[in-house]
Amino acid sequence: MDFGPYLMLATLEGAVLAAVLALMASGLSLVFGVMRVVNVAHGELYMLGAVFAWWVTSFVGGGPAVAFVAALIIAPLIVGALAVLADITILKRLEYDPERTIVATIGLLYIMQQVTLMTYGADARPVVPPFNTRLAIPWLEWADGGLQVFWPWGLSITSYKLFVIVAAVVVLLGIRLMMTRSRIGLLMRASQLDSETAQAFGIPVERIYALVFGIGAALAALAGVLIVPIQQAHYLMGGDALLLSFIVVIIGGLGSLGGTIVAALLIGLSDGIISVFFSPTLAKIIATILVALVLVFRPQGLFGGRAR
Amino acid sequence: MTMILSTRGLSRDFGGLQAVREVDFELPTGEIRALIGPNGAGKTTFVSMLIGRIPPSSGSVHFCGQDISALAAHKRVAAGIAYTFQITSVFSRLSLTENVALAARRRLGHDKAAVQAEVLAALTRVGLADRIDQIAGDLSYGHQRLLEIAMGLAQQPRLLILDEPTQGLAENEIAQFKDLIRSLLPETTILLIEHNMSVVMELADQVTVLNFGQILAEGTPAEIHQNADVQAAYLGTG
Amino acid sequence: MSENGKIILLHTGLIALLLALNFILPAYHHGNIARVMVLASYAIGYNILLGYTGLLSLGHALFFAAGMYGMGLSIRHLGFSPAPALMMGIAAGALVSVAIGALALRTSGVAFMIVTLMFAQAGYLTILLFGKWTRGDEGFVIQQAERILWGIDLSDANNRYLAALVLFALCLFAALWLVRHPVGRVFVAIRENEERAQLLGYNVFLYKLAAVVASGTISAAAGASYGLLFGYAGATFATVQYSIFPLLWVLLGGMGTVIGPFLGAVFMFYLIDLSSGITNAYMLIAGVALVLLTLFAPQGIGGEFRRRVWGWLP
Repeated sequence: MDFGPYLMLATLEGAVLAAVLALMASGLSLVFGVMRVVNVAHGELYMLGAVFAWWVTSFVGGGPAVAFVAALIIAPLIVGALAVLADITILKRLEYDPERTIVATIGLLYIMQQVTLMTYGADARPVVPPFNTRLAIPWLEWADGGLQVFWPWGLSITSYKLFVIVAAVVVLLGIRLMMTRSRIGLLMRASQLDSETAQAFGIPVERIYALVFGIGAALAALAGVLIVPIQQAHYLMGGDALLLSFIVVIIGGLGSLGGTIVAALLIGLSDGIISVFFSPTLAKIIATILVALVLVFRPQGLFGGRAR
Repeated sequence: MTMILSTRGLSRDFGGLQAVREVDFELPTGEIRALIGPNGAGKTTFVSMLIGRIPPSSGSVHFCGQDISALAAHKRVAAGIAYTFQITSVFSRLSLTENVALAARRRLGHDKAAVQAEVLAALTRVGLADRIDQIAGDLSYGHQRLLEIAMGLAQQPRLLILDEPTQGLAENEIAQFKDLIRSLLPETTILLIEHNMSVVMELADQVTVLNFGQILAEGTPAEIHQNADVQAAYLGTG
Repeated sequence: MSENGKIILLHTGLIALLLALNFILPAYHHGNIARVMVLASYAIGYNILLGYTGLLSLGHALFFAAGMYGMGLSIRHLGFSPAPALMMGIAAGALVSVAIGALALRTSGVAFMIVTLMFAQAGYLTILLFGKWTRGDEGFVIQQAERILWGIDLSDANNRYLAALVLFALCLFAALWLVRHPVGRVFVAIRENEERAQLLGYNVFLYKLAAVVASGTISAAAGASYGLLFGYAGATFATVQYSIFPLLWVLLGGMGTVIGPFLGAVFMFYLIDLSSGITNAYMLIAGVALVLLTLFAPQGIGGEFRRRVWGWLP
């Protein structure tokens, strides 16, 4: 394959990663933005989404499409409900103290991961995609004095991967509409600006927090369901995902949804492209150090303004 | 007369709001100066720039003839300025002894006996000597204010900036406080932000009035008391 | 008895007890306690930063691993004998902690936690990247012949126990000395109220850097000793898990108490040891303990002791 089509392929694969990452990171960003706490167990919620997708698809009959749709609905709901439970029983009692919440969510991380190990086991298991047609992609090139269309061998994407990109875009638009247009979004933004004043005005801040924590978790779980037909479900899959989400959220500016999505695109695309040129470990090291330095020298993120 | 502290064109704005505007301020060595003004006049912002808690938007601060505008807060303290907070900011989980010892130790180093003597002296002067082993957070609000002052004293500063020190003190404690401040002269120059006018009138040599971030008037307590502009500012008709 | 006397008595008493245990413990627990003493030294280092300075790091595995690999690699590739290799490990830890401290201390709170986590992750990945020298996840064994320090064979169980005890005693008394020293008192002042400490004229950045370096260097000494005493260095010790462990031990034993890290390490070691007989998901215990501790006992065992019985506990 020529370099052009090769880059195109890497970009498309990157776009799939970016889509999943944007979903997951916007969950983390939403929770941090509204509640000012960092959920270290976010990666495990993603893992649970993937594992529940496997459970649901293996118990629901009616073909891969029906089973997958069931998983898309059920897995985020279960994970969201678990998160609401964790919020009410643990985070609320810590009064959302930032440092103690991190320690508690580290605990939750191990609980979820290890319970999955005890029940689901240490195997990686696949889920059959609901549809998986290979779509060849045309390439344009100057030849014989004119623009010619041809179909490079190997340049293709599956219909399922396209679906992942579309689904992520739809969900993220939905979240944005919810935040800007709906009453619940207004309440969330009010709690974000000043929780004490919001409370004084009769906004049920505690219930808003539980809801936000649940939605954040459901987004991670949804990302997990979407990824599992591409990557298999495994009890340790949360760690890398968490690290990537951190990277995205930090570069995008902590708590900014728009910045998060731009950063997800940047990281998703560059991860696809970088790993073509570097050994993946080196790419990860460079990315991790760069992001740590962003947090040190530009804590408002690369795209955030100077505002706090 | 030598100036221990002066500012040139000191300004600070917070996103368009000018909290302090072009203040030229001079404080002679050995004086008790009161800084007064209505709420929101920029008094705390002004002294925060003196000690280095807030960087100025423009202008400079001079201490004993040196330009200290670029110095970090801890270096200004080391140069001889002590600051007591408006909102009490003691180490509430540590004992009174440890609170004051932390203030004394930077100057006295590891000389345990000297630190111990300084702690006892400072706490005696503010009248808390019988409580040295108590935890600071267990003290009443008024006593925490006195502890703040003791921490200021233990540093033996050349300039002591007190941000509303008598707030929350009882009448007899205020009387003690006045005696205490007078006893610090002439080694220590005092800059006092104060709302209690009887304290200002009795204690201050000179008074500076700040309004809308600018110096409105300066003079002896009696002059300020007669000043029509100041009265207008306080009544809100200016 | 004076407070000072009680403090000395309690801590020397612990060392004496551990020395006595050397002669009576059955082989299995004898080995365990040797391991716990080295891990507790690591936790003592961690506690200087968390318990006394109030800075929560999620990246201490980097310092532990710097010590372990600084020691291990200089034996394996430079042919060092144990004493200079130990020094190399400690120096590596000190160097890394200066660099990490100078960068990470520009942030605070949650950002500090995440920055330290990310630097440590970069460190772990670096060990994997240079797998040719470090042998990555698999790690490498330090042979018995390479573990003879001043004629003492550290692979012998008895010698190993005593060496671990010496390390632990050194760390314990160093920490005790530091937290009662004026510098340590400033650490506490920063923990309690950073702005106030600065306005008493202390350069809080330098003091915090000193705390990171003291903490990182003790952690590195523990890491180097662990590698030497147990004859192995591996990338596992650089993973996030090994940053979480000292946090867990210190929270359990009691932040800001000198004896707490040991109590936490002993307790957690045996809890995990017992449960690993039942399930391979032994980290579940760690997770549950973390959640319960933050909810119900943020002061830990040592903190509760101080609150209820021994108000003087340093």
